[in-house]
Amino acid sequence: MKFLKTIYNSAVVENPTFVLLLGMCPTLGTTSSAINGLSMGLATMLVLICSNCVISAIKNLVPDKVRIPVYIVVIATFVTLLQLLIQAYAPAIDESLGIFIPLIVVNCVLLGRAEAFASRHNVVDSMADGVGAGLGFTVALTLLGACREFLGTGSIATLQIFPESWGALLFVLAPGAFIMLGFLIAIYRSIKD
Amino acid sequence: MKKLSSTLPNMVIVLTLTTVLAGFLLGLVNSVTEAPRQKVANDKRISSLQSVVAEFNNEPLAEAVKIEIAEGDSVVVYPTRIDGALTGAAIESVTHEGFSGDITLMVGFDLNGALIGYEVTKHAETPGLGSKMNEWFRGEGARNVIGLTPGTEGLKVTKDKGQVDAITAATISSRAFLDAINRAANAWNIYLTNNN
Repeated sequence: MKFLKTIYNSAVVENPTFVLLLGMCPTLGTTSSAINGLSMGLATMLVLICSNCVISAIKNLVPDKVRIPVYIVVIATFVTLLQLLIQAYAPAIDESLGIFIPLIVVNCVLLGRAEAFASRHNVVDSMADGVGAGLGFTVALTLLGACREFLGTGSIATLQIFPESWGALLFVLAPGAFIMLGFLIAIYRSIKD
Repeated sequence: MKKLSSTLPNMVIVLTLTTVLAGFLLGLVNSVTEAPRQKVANDKRISSLQSVVAEFNNEPLAEAVKIEIAEGDSVVVYPTRIDGALTGAAIESVTHEGFSGDITLMVGFDLNGALIGYEVTKHAETPGLGSKMNEWFRGEGARNVIGLTPGTEGLKVTKDKGQVDAITAATISSRAFLDAINRAANAWNIYLTNNN
């Protein structure tokens, strides 16, 4: 029960994108389409779960003053390992996710969750937090990507809804990402309250 | 267990151990995955090669030649033959003009220097914009580069008074793409001159 509650809390109450506003750089940069948003979200979730578990397991072995560099090393190691393994054994995933994986290192959702949650809770809870925050991040990115793709190109994934030439290019570019994100945050907050 | 206090020896030991362990893990996985990654890269090269050239029955990878197109700047030519007679080539070309990092292409040419196919094999262009180049330049109308002959002049985007329509909102990526094509065409001309 507590496991599910932690997931809910990390995904909805403290949604990394809509509430904590963490990881804005990959959020704005990679959500030009729904599929891109989803891919980035899933890759981040995988690393987030691994890094949360490890950081929670070693939390008592790490002196406070050097915790940030240690967490960064853990996160960067996982990202690189993931990239090597995907390149070697899952070339199909590498095709679609390859360019996003190095970006995960600089995603502050990971460091944020490590610092705010994993360094204070046990491994199981930290894993739940990783799943929750990862899910929240993935859903947010997919939603943002879908809205931008729809307004910018008239299609979502492969489904063409109105002709591409009617789309507003603004939404595929960076300013559109900021505008769309602002609207989504407003909608999210008004539904939540 | 009690948390380790932040004394100098503790911090030095923990940081050293973490980095050594991380380095060891990375080194281990790097060496274990070296062979499979190499194989994946080779398979990819062969499949992209097959998709950009006409039929062949030799082994282009074994006949690869490095052609220097400028001082210290070379691209790899994979000649294709049917029963020993040259039919064209696939050329692996790189451009450094990309919007974010290098773009690697496999470009196919026939004996007349006409472009018969291309495949973007590696890039880090903006998703949704520059990343469209693998589909864009085989589309309808003036954006299509298949069948064009870059020759020694090279292809240019319409903005630069050329003949190819650039990707909407991704002119830099489009210029880089054509740069890679032109470099490949250049290498192919040199190869043909050297072998005639």
